Amino acid sequence: MARTALRGRLTWQAAAVVSVTGETASVVTIELDPPHWPGHHAGQHLDVRLTAEDGYTAEREYSIASAPGEPVAITVERLEDGEVSPYLTGELRAGDELELRGPVGGYFVWEPGDGGPLMLLAGGSGVVPLRSILRHRRRTGSDVPARLLYSSRSWQDVIYRDELGQDHDGVQVSYTLTRGHPAGWTGHTGRINQALLERVAWPAEAGPLAYICGPTSFVETAAAALVGLGYPPERVKTERFGGTGGR
Amino acid sequence: MDALDGNAIGGLLIDVFGTEMTAASSTCATCGASRPVAELVVYRQAPGTVVRCRTCGSVLMVLVRRADVTSVDLSGLASLSQPGSALSRQAA
Repeated sequence: MARTALRGRLTWQAAAVVSVTGETASVVTIELDPPHWPGHHAGQHLDVRLTAEDGYTAEREYSIASAPGEPVAITVERLEDGEVSPYLTGELRAGDELELRGPVGGYFVWEPGDGGPLMLLAGGSGVVPLRSILRHRRRTGSDVPARLLYSSRSWQDVIYRDELGQDHDGVQVSYTLTRGHPAGWTGHTGRINQALLERVAWPAEAGPLAYICGPTSFVETAAAALVGLGYPPERVKTERFGGTGGR
Repeated sequence: MDALDGNAIGGLLIDVFGTEMTAASSTCATCGASRPVAELVVYRQAPGTVVRCRTCGSVLMVLVRRADVTSVDLSGLASLSQPGSALSRQAA
């Protein structure tokens, strides 16, 4: 009997790797060409499965870095003790195949109709789904005002540095560097806290919609600070990826 | 090991429920707190996944996968409902 994908079920598929592009010393963006892709929403992720020769498998979730309508891409940070990311960042080449399923997620997603103003908070590689949201905003011509605060270990670790660049198209981007900064740095330093958010985030009276993605401790701190500033908890969407990677 | 959240098990939940569940609303049977599945606390260590209430810490769901069978214990939930397609169960 022919294999038929059940409606609503996720089916693993082998996607061709179109390209692998370095973003920082430890981060790559992998463009993929899955044979069956229903389209995705900004903020969703996909599941990747690696299978060893002995049949051992490891699955990980990676946020989709591209906007809806763009070729599917994920951005992956190498975790030195990881089972999957060292292969994806160090071994995978264009022309290889990668087993994946998706898209996944219906909570940490944004459509222009959801409105804003958008308050996006990224810890390290937590910027990936937020980049998809910003690209989607731009591609749809949305005039929802947006602010991004991006916490990174160092300037060298900032992903999509050229793309995020300076303020553009009604998006205000600010950075805080947690482990040292270049000479003449005029951005913020140190870990995120309520005092920083009080200066950088939209005031609660503006009715902002917040998306926070990063390591678990970053997300907990940032979410509590926004709620402390008066953001209603149901307007603060969070996604935690565990570990301490990215900070 | 750091806790994740319900976003991380979106794919697993599609396996179990046949539909997207991270935006579904959950209610803790112990303390009554309601929040989206995406905001629940998730510990994922082979062979199982444990989902806890972010308010009181009670175990809400346990999912254990072995070969192609996933065992699911939802007894910590008072309700689990997805807007549009009510998947609701009463507290035991």
